[in-house]
Amino acid sequence: MSWFSRFFVSSIGRKLIMGLTGLFLILFLVIHLIGNLQLLNDDEGFSFNTYAYFMTHNGLIKTVSIGLYFFIILHAIQGIVITIANRKARRSRYAVANTQITSWAARNMAILGILILAFLFMHMGDFWLKMKLGHLDMVKYEGFDVPVNDLYSRVYTAFNVWWIVLVYIIGQIALYFHLKHGFASAFQTLGWNHPKYTPIIKGIGIIYSIIIPLGFALIPLYIYFVK
Amino acid sequence: MDLTLKIWRQKGPNDKGRLETYQVKATEEMSFLEMLDVLNQQLIEEKKDPVAFDHDCREGICGACSMVINGRAHGPQKATTTCQLHMRHFKDGDTITVEPFRADSFPAVKDLVVDRSAFDRIIQAGGYISVNTGQAPDGNDIPIEKGIASKAFDAAACIGCGACVAACPNASAMLFTSAKVSHLSLLPQGAVEGERRAQLMVNQMDKEGFGNCSNTGACEVECPKEISISNIARLNRQFIKSSLSTDKVVE
Repeated sequence: MSWFSRFFVSSIGRKLIMGLTGLFLILFLVIHLIGNLQLLNDDEGFSFNTYAYFMTHNGLIKTVSIGLYFFIILHAIQGIVITIANRKARRSRYAVANTQITSWAARNMAILGILILAFLFMHMGDFWLKMKLGHLDMVKYEGFDVPVNDLYSRVYTAFNVWWIVLVYIIGQIALYFHLKHGFASAFQTLGWNHPKYTPIIKGIGIIYSIIIPLGFALIPLYIYFVK
Repeated sequence: MDLTLKIWRQKGPNDKGRLETYQVKATEEMSFLEMLDVLNQQLIEEKKDPVAFDHDCREGICGACSMVINGRAHGPQKATTTCQLHMRHFKDGDTITVEPFRADSFPAVKDLVVDRSAFDRIIQAGGYISVNTGQAPDGNDIPIEKGIASKAFDAAACIGCGACVAACPNASAMLFTSAKVSHLSLLPQGAVEGERRAQLMVNQMDKEGFGNCSNTGACEVECPKEISISNIARLNRQFIKSSLSTDKVVE
């Protein structure tokens, strides 16, 4: 085996991939949330739809988005491989389970991850796939040269259905728990543990894991209850 | 004090094993192992098979005693091995469940005894310094900053008991391996082979079938010697660095 493949199938190598892809996804969520907040603008979707047009037509962003899909798949596959290996490492279970010394989130990262992945499939199917297949209406705005996909209206239609809103809230709760453990955990995996900075990283992780899912959850809630 | 014990009994490696219930009278001054000694005396007098468990020094420094008491490796007391756990931490009438350290890399031998030689093989893979580093005066000749000496010493406190593996939801041996790697590579005599050591020991750890660390922190809570997971971060750094930088460290 070459040094490269040996490194990436070693336990620490696998964990490094989890950490690095996780941190990339953490960055992505910030951008995704900032962009999506334009859904709340009162401009009949001008800012959001033209933003969506930019995100799907800019060469650099299209390239990065291929990386994004790849990293999501890699993070999921690697997570499943690690979880199966961990299950195999202890096939006989304890009669008395020890749940006092670890957090629920830390023990259930795999289940939370699978929930988030299932949510992602639904989320992509609802918006991304419909746009890619050309199932959305086109809309032409004053001051914008070309007609654009009316993703804005599609989002509003979806978020007026109570169970879709509920699924989104559940997805964000799963994301909160996943990030609560994942954020600081990624830094530890990279070897970034320091008496001065680790408490700061943990603090930022807690704040991040609350703000990001909360921000995402507010969008369907606001559309359903206010608009 | 009257206690009800639910103890894991397993005749041998191929037996399925089950929890069996026993009644025992103990005093608060007894250690947990002494309480088991009383039970075993009782069983011997009844012409029954005594409970097999590992023990050696009984003063908290050998790492032989290994059992999970009410779901906690070495019992509920912080920074304590089973032999140093005293019955005053339990109440009259308590029911106590005692199980072996469970991990596929620690195969069952009998009752509460498991085979922890996987740890020995991790040490054999790289947990040493290849040259003679002299006697104590030679070591004392090299000035080492107090902070670094303390870190190395804290890691060297590991007694290799395996509580980290027992407590880890993934049965990972990262705390043990990282303690050994840290205690050697923080000091000048061990630093020379640091990268090679990290490679060899992690390779062996993976080969033994231990799980992957998911940073739950259970190990450092249960470690009787309070080894910190900052050592795991150090091992991660060294392993990643040596994998990416060194031209050839292992065959």
